Amino acid sequence: MAHFTCEVVYRGIFQKNLAARICRGIVLSARKAGRWGIAFGRYGDSPQRNGIPAKDFAIVADTQEELEQNMARYEPKEVDVTICVDDTLSKGVESWAWYGLQPINRLTISGGTLLMTSLQSPAALLKDIHKKDAPYNLALIRAKASFSGLWVYKEDHTEARILGALAKIQPEFLSLDAVCQAIKEAEWGSDLKVSSARKAYERLESQPIKITEGNPETPYAFEMPKWWEMREGVSIPAIPIGKPMEGGKGYVPERNPYFKKFTTRTMRPVIDFDKCVKCTLCWIQCPDSCFDVTPDGLYDANMEACCGCGVCEAVCPAKDCVTMVREDAFEDNASQWEMWRKDKGTYKTWMTDKIHSKEHITRSHGFRFRGQYEQEIKQELETGGIEIIAGIPGENAEAKK
Amino acid sequence: MAVETKQPAGAVADHKEMLISGSEACAEALALADIDVVTAYPIRPYDTVMQAIAKKIANGHLEAEYIVAEGEHSQFEIVKHASTVGARVFCGSSGVGWMYAMECLTVTPPLRVPMICMVGNRALDDPGAFGVEHNDALVVRDLGWLLIWVDTAQEMLDTTLLAYRIAEDRRVFLPIAISADGAFLTHSQAICQVPSRGLVDRFLPRYDRGDLLLHPDNPITVAPQANEDWVIEIRRQNDEAMKRATGVIDEAYADFRKVMGRGPENPWFEEYMTDDAEIILVGMGTISLPMKVGIRNMRAKGKKVGLVRPRWFRPFPTDRIVKALSKASAIGVIDRDYSFGSPFNSGVVANEIRSAMYNSDKRPPLLSFICGLGGREVTLEDVAKAADMCYAAAKSGKSDPKTHWLGVRE
Repeated sequence: MAHFTCEVVYRGIFQKNLAARICRGIVLSARKAGRWGIAFGRYGDSPQRNGIPAKDFAIVADTQEELEQNMARYEPKEVDVTICVDDTLSKGVESWAWYGLQPINRLTISGGTLLMTSLQSPAALLKDIHKKDAPYNLALIRAKASFSGLWVYKEDHTEARILGALAKIQPEFLSLDAVCQAIKEAEWGSDLKVSSARKAYERLESQPIKITEGNPETPYAFEMPKWWEMREGVSIPAIPIGKPMEGGKGYVPERNPYFKKFTTRTMRPVIDFDKCVKCTLCWIQCPDSCFDVTPDGLYDANMEACCGCGVCEAVCPAKDCVTMVREDAFEDNASQWEMWRKDKGTYKTWMTDKIHSKEHITRSHGFRFRGQYEQEIKQELETGGIEIIAGIPGENAEAKK
Repeated sequence: MAVETKQPAGAVADHKEMLISGSEACAEALALADIDVVTAYPIRPYDTVMQAIAKKIANGHLEAEYIVAEGEHSQFEIVKHASTVGARVFCGSSGVGWMYAMECLTVTPPLRVPMICMVGNRALDDPGAFGVEHNDALVVRDLGWLLIWVDTAQEMLDTTLLAYRIAEDRRVFLPIAISADGAFLTHSQAICQVPSRGLVDRFLPRYDRGDLLLHPDNPITVAPQANEDWVIEIRRQNDEAMKRATGVIDEAYADFRKVMGRGPENPWFEEYMTDDAEIILVGMGTISLPMKVGIRNMRAKGKKVGLVRPRWFRPFPTDRIVKALSKASAIGVIDRDYSFGSPFNSGVVANEIRSAMYNSDKRPPLLSFICGLGGREVTLEDVAKAADMCYAAAKSGKSDPKTHWLGVRE
């Protein structure tokens, strides 16, 4: 008797189909050896919402009874492999269903694997990935956060590469041949994808992670109220008027204490306070009231509340005042304004580095210019990707030529 | 309308294997049943069925009128009318969407419209939540709807085929709502055996509305205004049709087993490890999964616990369920619904079983539990706790009049 459980942590809407394909692929591959399986999503998540961290699961087992044994939970309590297809999620997961912050490796079993797509080094990722009280392996596929499976974007074979990597990690459940066969037969499969799976199998990088390694921060949590503690009438108290800042000049709005949602962020605004014209537009337009008003009338995006939507950048009339920068460039949620106030020179250097670093301004979701995705896919070729621009057999190949 | 399909010789006995969700399994069955008219209005989790049907039509696997209504009320009205002119119809909804169609839901049974609906069970608002509760479908329990709860994608597929056979039987001609737990069933993909069109054609005859067909060749008026001189007789007709449904259901399942080579012996409820059970737990829908696993764990510790999972709730299999339950030393009913202010403040299923047991010579102590509301996980610990309390009741020989809420933050 043996079973294998896997989760895919992904970003809502952008990667919904990708995650579903991976989980389907796992069950279909395992079925080749006569195993039983089930693929399902964490229902409390809201995978239709942009960027919301969400989870899909796949469970396979030798017998139907053993499968039942392992799926009798709303979601698995532990998984053999955690798959994360967007490395900006390495800071953790706040589900739309309000569970607090879950470290990305929370469900990974001792000795299990966290399999990620990333162009970052393991050391850089471990600045974000929380420490775990058990050792595990960090396995990397060299790729950026994928849109594969979202119909308006080109295929980049991420699901096939993940499945190929799983054949390396769990060969006793998913043989490479079974994976390749399942990919070929899948509605989204092709010969080219089979070869991508084989390459991922060969090129997978993996290293053991000790209990001492990782982000030492304690993830925030909260106690859910008892039935008799909750207000009646399905009512919640209004968010109180915010607190004044430093002698009544500034203003910090109150925010929902149960839902910080900063892990929905794939980018964050970096603000050049010297360019701010104090027009108030970012403060007014921010859908999450994330801006604190500083005593000097500037607007400081509070990183515990910002979900990274980019509206502030879009509405700001001052040139280069607000710039959205990839979330993996940052290690904490510290106030930019405090840093600026403390030492303007240091802030300028820090800010310039973030804004001008090419890898940091490359967006993980959303594009700055037409053709950017094609460019990025081409860059991936240099790091082991395969040529797919020519078209995929069976997927409008004629039209793509 | 009916599409000619060519079956390769010798393919009749075939089943093909697919990895599909409960909602997709429903859509597979609808294509096999060759439905004519389907109406849609999105609400989670039912919307997954309408998406799957739309895909089937778009891919050329089903030829049917697909009408997107402007709300659930119209959605159910449209198929009601289509059914009276002889179309095989499908409809569905969830939670408050189902409630919005309420007027239509009340008029469908007296008009003897064999509409098949899928109710993706969802908590009623407020608060707006997606998770499963059975109160949505249960609201029509007194109106002449046949109600069934399924617990796997396979059972969803089979039951959809069975539902057309049963509802469209002239002895019945009543609507059927197939309930599927939101998330656990609607959204989980499992391995299913899908029968061939040839098999289904052998099992499921065409819908023939006969003398009730609205057609120029058969001039009739449906639903004229009536007063107290007429109403109680109409209700009595419905009562008789519902009673006849019992025999029709038995017949249909027997035939299903003959044609498909699978399917339950007992259509009415699943019995799991009840043969020697001291304690029998009762629960509808996918709650059966943690209950079965919990029971296996308890059996490993020597506790003889079994499960009765009712499928058909209307018609309620009174005699059979009483026979199955009266052999236990105590009964524990876990409701995934509520019935505020009802006898003992219990859930709906517990009170139905209490009522069914009233005339029985042997009435074991019965405990009532409410658990898993709004899609909350029913844990193995919850199941074990319910069984332990049943053991205590069996020892004392007394029913506990209190309804116990499990898994609520106290």
